[in-house]
Amino acid sequence: MATSSIVSPQRESRDSVVIRFAGDSGDGMQVTGAQFTLETALAGSDFSTFPDFPAEIRAPTGTTFGVSAFQIHFGGTDVMTPGDAVDVLVAMNPAALTVELNDLRVGGTVIVDTAAFNERNLNKAGYTRNPLEDDSLARYQVLKFDITKLTADAVKPHGLSSREAHLCRNMWALGLLLWMYGYERAATVDWLKRKFAKKPVIADANITALNAGHAFGETAEMTEHMVGYVVPKAEARPGRYRTVSGTEGLAWGLVAGMRAAGIEKMVFAGYPITPASALLHTLANLRAYGVVTFQAEDEIAASGAALGAAYAGALGVTSSSGPGIALKTEMLGLAIATELPLIVIDSQRAGPSTGMPTKAEQSDLFQAVHGRNADAPLAVLAPTSTADCFDIAIEAVRIATKYMTPVIVLSDGYLAHAAEPWLIPKEADLPQFPVSYRTDPEGFHPFLRDPETLARPWVKPGTPNLEHRIGGLERDYDSGHISYDPDNHARMTKARADKIAGIARDIPLQTVALGADHGKLAVVGWGSTFGAIHQAVKIAQDEGRDVAHIHVRYLSPFPRNLGDLLKRYDRVLVPEMNNGQLVKLLRAEYLVDAEGFSKVTGKPFRVTDIVQRIRGGAPPPRETSGLGGEAG
Amino acid sequence: MTVTTITDAQLAPKDYASDQEVRWCPGCGDYAILKAVQKACAELGLQRERTVFVSGIGCAARFPYYMSTYGFHTVHGRAPAIATGIKLANPDLDVWVMTGDGDGLSIGGNHMLHVLRRNVDLNIVLFNNEIYGLTKGQYSPTSRRGTRSPSTPLGSIENPVSACAFALGSGARFVARSVDTQQPHLIGVLKRAHAHRGASFIEILQNCVVFNDAVFEHITGKEVAPDAQVLVEHGKPLVFGKSKEKGLRLKSGTLELEVVPATAPDVLVHDETNRALAQLLAALEPPLPTAIGVLYCNPRESYEHDVYAQKGAARGNADLDALLNSERTWEVVS
Repeated sequence: MATSSIVSPQRESRDSVVIRFAGDSGDGMQVTGAQFTLETALAGSDFSTFPDFPAEIRAPTGTTFGVSAFQIHFGGTDVMTPGDAVDVLVAMNPAALTVELNDLRVGGTVIVDTAAFNERNLNKAGYTRNPLEDDSLARYQVLKFDITKLTADAVKPHGLSSREAHLCRNMWALGLLLWMYGYERAATVDWLKRKFAKKPVIADANITALNAGHAFGETAEMTEHMVGYVVPKAEARPGRYRTVSGTEGLAWGLVAGMRAAGIEKMVFAGYPITPASALLHTLANLRAYGVVTFQAEDEIAASGAALGAAYAGALGVTSSSGPGIALKTEMLGLAIATELPLIVIDSQRAGPSTGMPTKAEQSDLFQAVHGRNADAPLAVLAPTSTADCFDIAIEAVRIATKYMTPVIVLSDGYLAHAAEPWLIPKEADLPQFPVSYRTDPEGFHPFLRDPETLARPWVKPGTPNLEHRIGGLERDYDSGHISYDPDNHARMTKARADKIAGIARDIPLQTVALGADHGKLAVVGWGSTFGAIHQAVKIAQDEGRDVAHIHVRYLSPFPRNLGDLLKRYDRVLVPEMNNGQLVKLLRAEYLVDAEGFSKVTGKPFRVTDIVQRIRGGAPPPRETSGLGGEAG
Repeated sequence: MTVTTITDAQLAPKDYASDQEVRWCPGCGDYAILKAVQKACAELGLQRERTVFVSGIGCAARFPYYMSTYGFHTVHGRAPAIATGIKLANPDLDVWVMTGDGDGLSIGGNHMLHVLRRNVDLNIVLFNNEIYGLTKGQYSPTSRRGTRSPSTPLGSIENPVSACAFALGSGARFVARSVDTQQPHLIGVLKRAHAHRGASFIEILQNCVVFNDAVFEHITGKEVAPDAQVLVEHGKPLVFGKSKEKGLRLKSGTLELEVVPATAPDVLVHDETNRALAQLLAALEPPLPTAIGVLYCNPRESYEHDVYAQKGAARGNADLDALLNSERTWEVVS
């Protein structure tokens, strides 16, 4: 909350606010957050969200490792990240309080359900004394309500069981928060009616709880500390908006890309894995858009089916997260050898092996760029935001089909679930890049290259007189037949490398996202860290520092001016959610003395992490709010 | 490439051969299989442009290079997955998977299981020579106990998998067995497999002349074959022997087959739609006769048929703007 002033006796004004809803994984915190987001969007504010949930579907209730949280940062200006410090923490039980309290700013508000602070839950959360009854929360404004009882009383007329009534607590809390920021409830009421269409009693009870929470804020029952706020509308380009998650952006972008390429059908093959499965779920509902989804028996088969579909002339797409991408490695080699278009979406997550499945990281960059046997180059792209997921998916289709190459898109667990407002594009305004399947037999062989792109022709089986055989064995440059000739292998290795390198001529030059194209310091990022870096650089500039923000969307090949651009700065700093991967690629490629700045806690960068690093060069203090708490 | 236009109805077996030199060892059973497939293609009048041969890795996997159709030589064990993708993209294509005992039952065993249970409309031809040939002679998942190989110098102590029993257990709806050297029979089985809609699984007993020579001699040798093989045909009694003097019947009180005189009143009649009988036949091993022919054929709609039969499937013409504007939107005015 940057500034505050009294605008009316009832409501104070805030530029932007960060709220975190936290409770048990069964308390419905994700839907509560999503509905608050929707009401925020409909009120015209800008926002950025961060769902943070445990890997366990239903961890034992009341435990710290079962805490599920949803953070939203909303307001009128400069909302580019989910926010560093939390202004309002809604803690539905003691475990949520102990896990999330560290991120609450001093003076921030914490709203608790007192009924949940019983001895049993306090013990499970590791409290020896009730924090609501001592001075341990003295630095915060604590609003204590018996949300359990208030909800139960409100929904009593609906005749629910006590367990069913308990499940309405989240809507009571949502109603209260919507009142606090002067937001409507209509969209949530609609949503509840649709969600519980077959259980109207449950729908009605939830709506009653929502209204009761709202009324609670409105009436004299509110405490003297509780006031309403107004958050301004964001200044945005005119047009029609909606919320979009990274998953939706990718799914719709793939459909748009398929249409732009004039391809009739997409075969999307996946295997269940967190956090990538959401893309499979989303596309499974888009049959009417020419999408065939296939849940394969394993990651290998998923990539194989996608490649088989590409061979047959469809848009072949496969998706996974780090460990699953590792299993697809062999098929990527075949796609590179046979020069077929294949789109691979990697929703990166933390750690080697299973790691931390629900936590985000950017640590698959090496795997994407170099993680294959032999010299096996391909194209790698990374979206910078949930909205950019749509554009990057279209670009991936363009590059894959124009250059007959696999393309890896590096999303991450944060982008997959986060949501932002999105200016909805019109199909008529989208790029067009129709593919042409080869049908002319004259002079044909399967590895005849386009002189400009070095791409080989795409032939649909079923085309008369173009019957041919391809495979993983090395093939002759001039005929496509199997060849073990040493010089030919050298020539083919170079052709494959030159083809990927040549994509650099066909992508935009690297721009500077913020600041001058030369100076003392360039902060270089990639992927989902865009918002945090951008905000940090803006703050540093406001402090009078000579600093610029460069964000790389094309990671293989790099934009052709990137090396020259980086050399125009005295220092290059590369913040990444990994142990230093882009920084090594930049150093290797351009011999620039770039410095790495790692964050590997499974949580996104905070703006202050990067501001501190820009200011002093010293590493920030160790995170206290990250893993320890959630691991219990 | 020269352009020749041939009416496919006129194609001869040689027209299905590519211009590539065949590079299997002299005397390899694969030559006979290649010949049988090309003959079957000609007799079926297959259109070369609509036909795709997909393979994994191994000696058998070189097969697509020798056909004048479309061909995709992929990676070890994965041909069923790639073929599934091809059929999902274009169900009109006629897709064959050429595989071996190592490719299809070891490294690709998982894919084989799932392609069969899904019932993707593919013709899957498994060359079983009970050995890894291309890697120079290691024991395979179908090698019998005691098989001596470079990796089992004291003899294999593993129990072999039965290809046909595996296929039946996976839910395959067409399971057949034939022999590389029994050309007319093999061609007949290939044509039956092609006619079957859904996954067709054919195990071919194939001789590896270099690393496992004569491993099936006790079944396929000219002298012993009549007694060592029962050629099964739908609706016909399960009889065998040089003068068809022996028959198979269900042993009283158990669930196994026994040999009786062909004249016995309760000699079984082959019913290829009976899965339980197919499983008994697939499990027959010496000294009982090995079952050769179509053990099981009981078609149901294929996987890709059902995919496209689902509501709204892959029409492709829906309005993208409507999708992007679905759910809640709001207008920002200047």
